[in-house]
Amino acid sequence: MIEVQGVEKNYGSAKVLSDVGFQVNEGAFFGILGPNGSGKSTLLKLISGIEKADAGEVRLGDAGDGSGRAGRLVGEYSRKELAKWLAVLEQEALPPVGFTVREVVEMGRFPFQNWLGEEAEDAGRQIDTILAKLGLQSLEERTIDQLSGGEKQRVALAKAMAQRPRLLLLDEPTTYLDIGRQIQLMDRIREWQREAKLTVVAVLHDLNLAALYCDRLLLLNRGRIVGVGSPQEILTAERISEIYGIEPLVTRHPALGVPQVLLQPHAEERGSGER
Amino acid sequence: MLIWGGASFALLLLSAVVSLSLGSARLPLADVWGILLSRLPGLSHAIQPRWPDASEQIILKIRLPRIVLAILAGACLSLAGAGFQGVLRNPLADPYTLGVASGSAVGAAFLILTGLSFGALYAQWTIPIVAFATGLLSLALVLRLARVQGRIRMETLLLAGVVLQAFLGSMVSFMVSMSDKVINEIVFWMLGSLALRGWSFSAVLAPYLAIGLVVLLGYARSLNLFALGERQAAHLGIRVERTKLTVLVVSTFMTAAAVSIVGIIGFVGLVVPHLVRLLAGPDYRLLLPLSALLGGAYMLWADTLARTLLSPTEIPIGVVTAFLGAPFFAYLLRRNKHGARG
Repeated sequence: MIEVQGVEKNYGSAKVLSDVGFQVNEGAFFGILGPNGSGKSTLLKLISGIEKADAGEVRLGDAGDGSGRAGRLVGEYSRKELAKWLAVLEQEALPPVGFTVREVVEMGRFPFQNWLGEEAEDAGRQIDTILAKLGLQSLEERTIDQLSGGEKQRVALAKAMAQRPRLLLLDEPTTYLDIGRQIQLMDRIREWQREAKLTVVAVLHDLNLAALYCDRLLLLNRGRIVGVGSPQEILTAERISEIYGIEPLVTRHPALGVPQVLLQPHAEERGSGER
Repeated sequence: MLIWGGASFALLLLSAVVSLSLGSARLPLADVWGILLSRLPGLSHAIQPRWPDASEQIILKIRLPRIVLAILAGACLSLAGAGFQGVLRNPLADPYTLGVASGSAVGAAFLILTGLSFGALYAQWTIPIVAFATGLLSLALVLRLARVQGRIRMETLLLAGVVLQAFLGSMVSFMVSMSDKVINEIVFWMLGSLALRGWSFSAVLAPYLAIGLVVLLGYARSLNLFALGERQAAHLGIRVERTKLTVLVVSTFMTAAAVSIVGIIGFVGLVVPHLVRLLAGPDYRLLLPLSALLGGAYMLWADTLARTLLSPTEIPIGVVTAFLGAPFFAYLLRRNKHGARG
């Protein structure tokens, strides 16, 4: 589905990514983790074709001959082809525009429309289904500038669904949401992923959220890959302490068995707290 | 869509008829209608001319061409404003605040004052093209100035516009002061004036408007997606840079044409699209045609005020639009500081 090889990216003289290579299989829920400035979001921009790699290559899709080989270079797709194929959900879902919820969700159909805005299939029904699924019917005619952060993020998800992509990229979409809405959003994405055999690549800040939803994780630090593997393999106390400079406790989730990271203040602060 | 379009069109026609009957020479309403209707094909024989010949001259040779020109120029400037606002995602952008109008004026003034093409048969056609070139140049300069760390913020864009406007304005003033032409006429052009423009000026402006309208309408749906931000627009399949470039160039194209004929008339492109947005929502498929229609009506009223308020003295129309537009700009600026950006 995605094949990244020897990718390098510089902004001016600053090296943001170097020698990054990994693969994501079809249907995977793949998480990208790392501290601030580790190059996570840049990596996502390279995959979505917004930016070009200085060296190396990013291939998307498959060769289409059943050989399982990777598809075309991302730069060989036109913007419209890419939009029919991959959708992106961003940190800040939607700016406060005066369009209604329904109009914004319909914008997800843009890549499938001709220049008059017409479409071969009946998009209206699809939109209805999506709105119903995300519980947005009652908001349908409201404008975006009247919605709360959580509602906006749901509309953004609905718009992504309307694109009917095979690949969904998430760029820290839970950042501005409370924990209830975080879980709600991630649940909805996972449900969609399973129904539609979607591949998801998610840049996440929250290690625990990543462990709960992703089946594979990639850990980045200063533009280099530290490790790729299952949450158990990646989220170890030593790694986290080395990269984030903290001393966490890593335990197993009592119900799900996935690793969970417990934070604690630094040892000396604990000491001083006892006095 | 049809309701809004119909209503705006009706308003425009009504404005035209009312404006036609207003003026320093008082003409009876019946005569105005009679003259107009007698010109319609098929009706010319049914109506007996009972008006003096002078009335017909005033209506057909002076007022009507002026009204048509006002409508065309207003439509051009409003559309240009809507285009600038759309791709720059900045509600305060318009041909005037961006300095594009002043930029175009430099080119136009240079040709008019040096007489390089003055008096020549195709002066009317060459001036807009030179104005287009200098307008584009100043737009590029403003955007360059306003870009800080790859982003164009609203405040820096406005500042860059102000700086460039001051600079270009002084260039025009310099050229005017070096010129031996009748200063008064040129100063009037700089402040915007529709006086003494015959039918041929409308003929020059009309194709610019037609091309601009068609191209912008073709990008209407793209501009809707732009409202969500450039990145999201790209993710939805828009070639962002190409769309931006085309819309900016076309908007400048219309600005240059309008400026080279009627001078610098500010704030039309700011006020009209904004009012349309308030009335009919943000959808560019509706916003663009309505801006054209209502921009025409707005300019027509501004010009009607300009020529009747202190009649027989004329106020420059740029003075009228600035008088209405600048407070509006202040209001928008305040609202944007509190509320949403983009």
